[in-house]
Amino acid sequence: MQNYKRIEITVGIFVFLGLLSAGWMAIKLGQVGGLGEQGYELRAVFDDVGGVRSGSDIMMAGVVIGRVKDVHILDNRKAEVVMRINDDVRIAEDAFASIRTKGIIGDRYIRITQGMEETFLADGDEIEETESALNIEDLVSKYIFSGKE
Amino acid sequence: MNPTGFLTPFFAFFGRLGRRFLMFLQAMGDATVLSANALSHLLRRPWQGRHFVMQLHALGVDSLVIIIITGAFTGMVLALQGYYTLAKFGSESLLGAGVALSIIRELGPVLGAFMVIGRAGSSITAEIGIMRVTEQLDALQMMAVNPKARIILPRIVAATIALPLLVAIFDVIGIAAGYLVGVELLGVNPGAYVAEMMAKITAHDLNGGWVKAIVFGFMIGVICTFMGYRSEPTTEGVARATTQAVVIASVGVLMVDYILTSFFL
Amino acid sequence: MIRGESLSKTFGDIQAVKPLDIHIREHGITAIMGGSGSGKTTLLRLLSGLEKPSSGHVWFASEDLGRIPERRLFKLREQMGMVFQYSALLNSLDVYGNVAFPLHEHTNLDEEIIRRIVMMKLEQVGLRGFEHLMPSELSGGMAKRVAFARAMAMDPRVVFFDEPTSGLDPISAGVITSLIHDTVRKAHMTAVVVTHDVHAGLSIADHVILMWQGAIIASGSPDDIRASEDERVRQFIEGRPDGPIPFSRSTRPYLDDLLGTQP
Repeated sequence: MQNYKRIEITVGIFVFLGLLSAGWMAIKLGQVGGLGEQGYELRAVFDDVGGVRSGSDIMMAGVVIGRVKDVHILDNRKAEVVMRINDDVRIAEDAFASIRTKGIIGDRYIRITQGMEETFLADGDEIEETESALNIEDLVSKYIFSGKE
Repeated sequence: MNPTGFLTPFFAFFGRLGRRFLMFLQAMGDATVLSANALSHLLRRPWQGRHFVMQLHALGVDSLVIIIITGAFTGMVLALQGYYTLAKFGSESLLGAGVALSIIRELGPVLGAFMVIGRAGSSITAEIGIMRVTEQLDALQMMAVNPKARIILPRIVAATIALPLLVAIFDVIGIAAGYLVGVELLGVNPGAYVAEMMAKITAHDLNGGWVKAIVFGFMIGVICTFMGYRSEPTTEGVARATTQAVVIASVGVLMVDYILTSFFL
Repeated sequence: MIRGESLSKTFGDIQAVKPLDIHIREHGITAIMGGSGSGKTTLLRLLSGLEKPSSGHVWFASEDLGRIPERRLFKLREQMGMVFQYSALLNSLDVYGNVAFPLHEHTNLDEEIIRRIVMMKLEQVGLRGFEHLMPSELSGGMAKRVAFARAMAMDPRVVFFDEPTSGLDPISAGVITSLIHDTVRKAHMTAVVVTHDVHAGLSIADHVILMWQGAIIASGSPDDIRASEDERVRQFIEGRPDGPIPFSRSTRPYLDDLLGTQP
C-alpha cells in the first residue's frame, strides 16, 4: 500500500495548489469576504449617477481611495450610492462628491473633493453635497438653447 | 399517385427528428436516475473515501500538466491579441483587466473543462465501458459491491471537486503568463497592468467562474460515467460511447456555459 | 437449494427464457447445457440474482432473489461465488488484490490472515507465486483459475460457472473441469455450471439440464441424457449439423425469395 500513500500525497499537494490559487484570486483580485473587506461605508444621493456601478472607483485628488459597493434607486427618484472608503482616508463633513468620467468616453467614477471642516464622516454617514453626472447631451442642448436666446 | 407523395421525405425527416429527440429525453432521464442513484450512496456506508482519492488523482493530478500548459498559452495569446486590439484605442493599460477577466469569467472554466473531458472524461467512459464488456461490473455485483456506489459515485464527486481546483490553477497560470507577455514582451506599464486588473475584477466575476467550474465538473462526471455504464457491451460499443461522451460533454459544456453566463452577467 | 418457479425473462421482443421451473439440488454439480442463444446464460443470471425475472420467482434460502432489497441480496451474495465467461478480474488490481477483494470487502480479518487465505486459494489453483501479476499479464487459462480462486475466497455455499471452459485450450479446459469437480466434491458445495461443452458437462455433473430456445427440453442424470431417445438431445450431444435443431435461422426459405413465390 506504499503506492496508495504516494497517491494520497500527490492528491494532497494538488488540492493545496488549487486552494492556494483560488485563495490568491479571491483575496488579491476579488477582495472577497470579511478578510479582504476593509474600510468604512459612506452614502451619497445623486440626481443622476450616469452609469456608476458597484466596483467603480472612488477618487480623491486623483488617487483611488475606495470602491462603489452598491447603487440603487432611492424614493423612486434618486440614486443612492454606497461607497467603501479605505480606513486611512478621512473625509470632512462638508466634502463634495461628484460623478466624473475618465477621459471623454471612459469609465465613470466618483470624485470626492475634500472639505474644510475639522469633523470627519464616520461609518454609515452621508455626503450631503453632491453633483450629478455631466451629460454631454445636456451640455450640447444647453449650448444650443443659450444660442437661441 | 398520391398527391402528397412529395412530402414523404419531409415526414420521414420529422419522424427521425422526433425519434431522436425522444431518445435524447430518454437518455437524459436515465442519466439522471443513474447519477441520483449513485449520489444517494454519498452518505451511506461503506464510505468510498479511498476510491474518491484515487479518482481525484486520475482526474486532477494527471490533468495538471496539460492544464498548466494550456493555461499558460491561453494567457499569452490573450495578451498578444488584446494588445493588438487595445493599442488601436490607446488603452493598453486595460490589457491586464482584459486578460484576467476573459480567463476568470470564460476561458478558465471552459478550456479547463475541455481539457479534462479530453484527458480524463474519455478515459472514464472507456474504463467503465470495458468493465461492462468484461463483466467486471457484474463481478462486483456478485461480490456484493454496488458498482454505482463504487465506480460511478467517486468519479462524479471527484470530477465536481477536481475541475474547480484545476480551473483555479489554470486562471493563476494564465494571468501570470499574460503578465509576462504584456509587461516583459510588449512593454505595457506594469503598474497600470496590475492596478487595472485589480480594479476591474470583482468578487462577482470570480463567483461566476467558480459556479461554472463546479457545474461543468459535475456535468463531465455524470455524462462520462453514464456513457460508459450504458455502452453496448462490445468493443465497438465502448469506442462509440467514448467518442459520444467527448462530443456530448463538450457541446453540453458550451450550451450550459451560455445559460450560466446569461444568469451571471 | 435454489428453486425457480415459472421463471421467465424477456429482452424487448425476445423471450430469452420461457416460463420454466427448475430446481438446483444442494451438494453437487448441476450442468445447464445448450447451444448458443438457448437462454442458458440468462437462466444462470436469473438464478444468481444478477438479472431480475420478467415473471416468476427465484428462491434461494427461502428468499425471493428478484424481490428482496439490495442489502438483503448482498448479504446472500456472501454465500455465492461466480466465475464469469471472461473471468472478469478487476484490472486495476493484481492477482493478489483480486482474490483478496471479497475478503477485504466483507470481513474484518487481519491482512496477515487474508494473505494466508489468498495463498491457500492460489495454491489450490496452482498459481502461488503469481500474485503480483496484473490481469493483463495472464493467459486465458490462468485468468480463469484466478477467477476460480476469487470465487472460492469466501468459501461460498453455491458457485456459478458461466462457460468455464470456453476459449481455453484442451489442457487448460481439463484443468478447470477437474478443479470444479474436485473442489465442489471436497467442500460439499453446490455448483451450477453453464456450458456448451458436452464432454465436460456430462463428465462432472450429477444432474444435467438441456435447454433449447429458452425452454428445458431434457433433464436428468448424465446417464439419462446419454440414453435419451429425444432427437434434439441426441443431435446436441452428438454434435450433428442435421436434425430437428435447424442450422438455418432464416425466417423464410431462400428458395421462396429466389423464385419470388409466397410460401
